Amino acid sequence: MSVLVYIEIRNGEMKKASLESLSEAKRLTGRMGGQVGAVMAGSGLAAYADTLKTHGADKIFMLESDDLALYNAEGHLAAVAEAANQMDAKVVMMASTALGRDLAPRVAAKMNVMILPDITEIQGEGEEVIVRRPVYAGKVHMLIKATALPVVLTTRPNIFDLAEDAGAGEVVAISPAFELKSKVTDFASTGGEKLDVAEADRIVAGGRGLKEEENFKLIEELALTLGAAVGATRAVVDNDWRPHSEQVGQTGKTVSPTLYIAVGISGAIQHLAGMQTSKVIVAINKDADAPIFKVADYGIVGDSTVVLPALIEALK
Amino acid sequence: MNIAVLVKLVPDTAAPIRLTSEKDWIETRDLNWVLGPYDEYAVEEALKLTEANGGEVTVITYGKDTAIEALRKALAMGAHKAIVVKKEGYTDLLGTATALADTIKKGDYEMVFAGFKATDDDCAAVGPMVATLLDWACITEVCKLEVADSLATAERDVEGGRETIQAALPCVVTAQKGLNDPRYPSLKGIMMAKKKPVDEIACDHVDPRVETVIFEYPPERAAGKIVGEGVDAVPELVRLLREEARVIE
Repeated sequence: MSVLVYIEIRNGEMKKASLESLSEAKRLTGRMGGQVGAVMAGSGLAAYADTLKTHGADKIFMLESDDLALYNAEGHLAAVAEAANQMDAKVVMMASTALGRDLAPRVAAKMNVMILPDITEIQGEGEEVIVRRPVYAGKVHMLIKATALPVVLTTRPNIFDLAEDAGAGEVVAISPAFELKSKVTDFASTGGEKLDVAEADRIVAGGRGLKEEENFKLIEELALTLGAAVGATRAVVDNDWRPHSEQVGQTGKTVSPTLYIAVGISGAIQHLAGMQTSKVIVAINKDADAPIFKVADYGIVGDSTVVLPALIEALK
Repeated sequence: MNIAVLVKLVPDTAAPIRLTSEKDWIETRDLNWVLGPYDEYAVEEALKLTEANGGEVTVITYGKDTAIEALRKALAMGAHKAIVVKKEGYTDLLGTATALADTIKKGDYEMVFAGFKATDDDCAAVGPMVATLLDWACITEVCKLEVADSLATAERDVEGGRETIQAALPCVVTAQKGLNDPRYPSLKGIMMAKKKPVDEIACDHVDPRVETVIFEYPPERAAGKIVGEGVDAVPELVRLLREEARVIE
């Protein structure tokens, strides 16, 4: 019952979320038996092998190709399919990132198997695979069982614990054929130390209660102080105060950071759905009856533009 | 250029979701159903392309008779034709993608658009699955698109940056927010949509490879505390975050 994990490398960096998938795969083979495989495609891959071994990989499949220096769906798909075939993998996993959402469904379609995307838990005994999937943006969860294997699973980032439980770490070079149907011609980095809201461990998010776009400077300053990413509500994004890439909620990103500070956010149901699995939630809002206080662990009732400078000062 | 757009009828995102007493499905009574929010971007982009280059937009949904409402909404926006692929019982994502891909093969399309995900099951899988089954190129979560000389050039946001991708047609594109501003159907469009025919297509039923065990509500968060009012509460909040929650240094 081997489990294969696709490892995402973007901009020369291995994604932590991929190691979370790998750690969960190792736990899964603990009860299912079988080996853990990791598969990568790109260039300069040997540098990552040690880390994969440390996190449980028994076999490390590498498709080295200069054509794949930037992500290419067809090339990465060929790599995963080839490795899955070589291992006779019964479960194929990857992180539910923008790349994972692009690649995993293609893997399932090519293998002619089912996919269960964006899961937050794997249950079951022996060779049984039962997963938890938040649906309707997390308003409800469903427990769903794969009645046929293989199955493709994508794991939600920041949910599964990292573990260092080393595997055999045997490196296997693969060279499946693939035809490029698309090409990434450019990757424009958001730049610097700016964190993406979907990956961040801390988020400071702002809503309409900030009153004007100008006041988002306070959100940015608090985020900088905490090493946090900036998040925004739909209303703020629709007003063009902030880019959609920062939107948290049902038509934005679902996040589960360790700390989520909601500033001037009343807590529309679509927003709450996207952030209610955060570990600690802080709300600052002038309306004491705002729904955000029902999910917040700590709240301050007050004008956010007055409270924020004091909070930034206290944290510096 | 003829374009197919895959659409789905979903509950309004503003709606609270309740479960049936058996916890085997969501309670569908009293829900307000809408065209998928991301599907609206897909329909709009297809309409813009055919307005500029000629051709027709065919909207396709997979479902029962009730799903036709999604087609009516897309027709009201201006789509030319509509197809419902009749669903016979519960299937899975691969079954859905197969039914849609088989339907697309019967038409003459250069592009297929879809919302990048349906806001009900949040799978974000059908678009790239359909593309793989068709052996077409696919660009997902597109927030900017240009099509010229049978080449699609798209931008998509990924963690930490923005990718530019090129793909030769035929191509599947899944739409992310930001791609465009979907038009509101005109009164005339709504009236016309009622008269436009909806073709029915049968498909082979695929037994699902998954089984729902149960639906649950997410664990409720324990009641939090209001630390205080205004700036005076800041020192206590910082103390609690450090000493009680231990989430900051």
